[in-house]
Amino acid sequence: MREILVISGKGGTGKTSLTGAFAHLASNKIVCDLDVDAPDLHLLLHPHPTHTQAFFSGHVAQIEEKLCTGCGLCASLCRYGAVGFKADSFSIDPLRCEGCKVCVQFCPAGAIHFPEKHCGEHYISSTRFGPMVHARLFPGEANSGRLVTTLKQQARELAKSRGLGLILSDGSPGIGCPVISSLSGANLAVVVTEPTPSGRHDLERVTSLCFHFQIAVAVIINKFDLNPQAAESIEAFCGARGYPVIARLPHDPVVTRAMVEGLVVTELPETDFSKEVGKTWTKIEEIAASLRKQ
Amino acid sequence: MSKIAVTSEGPGLDDLVDPRFGRAAGFVIVDLDTMNTSYIDNGQTQVLAQGAGIQAAQLVAGAGVDCVLSGFVGPKAFQALSAVKIKVVQNLDEGMTVREAVKKFKSGAVQYADGPNRGAGR
Amino acid sequence: MIVSIASGKGGTGKTTVAASLARVWERPLVAVDLDVEAPNLHLFLCPQIEETGPAWIETPIVDESKCTFCSACSDLCQFKAISMMGSLVLTFPEMCHGCGGCIAICPQKALSPGRRQLGEISRGHAGGVQFLMGRLRIGEAMSPPLMRQVKTAMNEIAGAGGLDAVIDSPPGVSCPAVNAVMDSDVIVLVTEPTPFGFHDFRLAWEAFAPFGKPMGVVINRAGIGDRQVYSFCAEKEIPVLAEAPYDRAVAEGYSQGRIIADLSPKYRHIFVSLYAKIFELASARLDKGASHA
Repeated sequence: MREILVISGKGGTGKTSLTGAFAHLASNKIVCDLDVDAPDLHLLLHPHPTHTQAFFSGHVAQIEEKLCTGCGLCASLCRYGAVGFKADSFSIDPLRCEGCKVCVQFCPAGAIHFPEKHCGEHYISSTRFGPMVHARLFPGEANSGRLVTTLKQQARELAKSRGLGLILSDGSPGIGCPVISSLSGANLAVVVTEPTPSGRHDLERVTSLCFHFQIAVAVIINKFDLNPQAAESIEAFCGARGYPVIARLPHDPVVTRAMVEGLVVTELPETDFSKEVGKTWTKIEEIAASLRKQ
Repeated sequence: MSKIAVTSEGPGLDDLVDPRFGRAAGFVIVDLDTMNTSYIDNGQTQVLAQGAGIQAAQLVAGAGVDCVLSGFVGPKAFQALSAVKIKVVQNLDEGMTVREAVKKFKSGAVQYADGPNRGAGR
Repeated sequence: MIVSIASGKGGTGKTTVAASLARVWERPLVAVDLDVEAPNLHLFLCPQIEETGPAWIETPIVDESKCTFCSACSDLCQFKAISMMGSLVLTFPEMCHGCGGCIAICPQKALSPGRRQLGEISRGHAGGVQFLMGRLRIGEAMSPPLMRQVKTAMNEIAGAGGLDAVIDSPPGVSCPAVNAVMDSDVIVLVTEPTPFGFHDFRLAWEAFAPFGKPMGVVINRAGIGDRQVYSFCAEKEIPVLAEAPYDRAVAEGYSQGRIIADLSPKYRHIFVSLYAKIFELASARLDKGASHA
């Protein structure tokens, strides 16, 4: 089984629009939206959930007012500033609570409970491009790292049971916990960047992360025509590091047009842009196939 | 060597090997001399936000095994297991039963791993 | 006053709005990059960095000669950063959230504080604007502890000089983003009028609305996409503080690291007016609060 992950470092590079088009072009695959912080792929794929599961992760401390003696030990132990004192009583701000259990352990009155935290839901769905695994975190919920792991696990099981050879994932932005979780186990990271200072900067950071985890990298320079010079410098960087630049795609309003229609760009009548996207996917498949042989 | 742990999808010798270590459904503990088995459920570990591999290592170490058979063992679990000198056999074929894994182990057709075979958190 | 510039998704122009605001801000200001995973504000403000220092988190060090293997530490640790393997204590510093619980609970005082590097914090200035930035170490998974330290530094700088702060927040609506905006006085959400932009904007609004802070929206690349953002804002009475029209010249300028407010007087004016509207938004809320009291 192959796992191809599309990532970008910074947001807004066109990662999800391209993943959507690749989902259209790829065969025998499961699509997986690992961008659980801000999932958007469903806006293009319109999934119909067939299985919905609650997602619990970690615990959160809760003070039972009746039992609290007001000693304030919890507030002095908490390193996260989560214990507040308002209107003559102590309470814990769930958004600041790290779930470390220190207050629960040390409370002399046993007044602090430690329930599991219901953070969101994850789904197995059907789409016009095949099965899709995705999730929704409740606003402000953390721990998307483990949710990412859960989604990948589910995608792997589904791929195995349905005999599908490819997991195509839309990865999270940034370089922190969710991205690290999405990278683990991937065969190839397709990095979508753009010729802007942020794009270049984040490309360097995200490829360092891939290097750290020994994952093959292929680079797409999107909107290259906004700054051809910067695009060249990105190519030079990739050349020096040995990352293949597999596509230079222009800034094209057809991408937004497709999005407004709730379609992917390769579903609209053929344009130069969609042809380029097609070629790009062929290259990704070639690289992924060559990795498999190694 | 007397006792080994096999990551398993269920409690018995005829259940399938769970390829995961940290997030395995459970561990079948096999006494190699008598072939008596016992089972450790790993359900509690499933809900951990992080550190499932370490928790699982703690569980099998507590069972007093000398070796773990599994599919994929991550770096932290590997570190924890090697610290208490529990040997690791990984890359077990998918779809194998616990019984088959034990048989393979007894026949000597396995290699002890000298490092983890996957990234963290999988 | 602390103003957070946030967005439900990345790439909407959050950083360039933060940089543009910093350019036109009239009162003394510290510009803060809290997007520690991908800090980019410095690429636009081009500050002179005067000081860069490491940021640490506390992790335990075990003195095995004192340890009785009672496993109190490992039983308490929710993150499996300290683990009892038979008669061995193993620590996994990179898993540690720095809660201090293990050190506090050890009956033998066998644990003492050590540390792991989270990243770096830099200070400097860009013209008359103070500048502060956190940058997460590659491979470090936890951004909130570093963000908390950057916020502490921000409060010191802002408190000492009576400065305002403009925060470039991480995108999204999960833990780091919420962490960034929860202590600010005004939240400015940057979005673009596309289906993706609207969807993520709405999630951000739902996540931040419970804080009860004054919130307004900047619509970037106005003219592309559709009208969903506008109708939603009208329905929820979210003020549209500024609109920056879609303009290829802006996209090209951005790609060269230029700030929108610097491109032309017309664009500068958009942000001068945004600056005034942010103050109106903050004071309207104060009036409203006063009349309720």
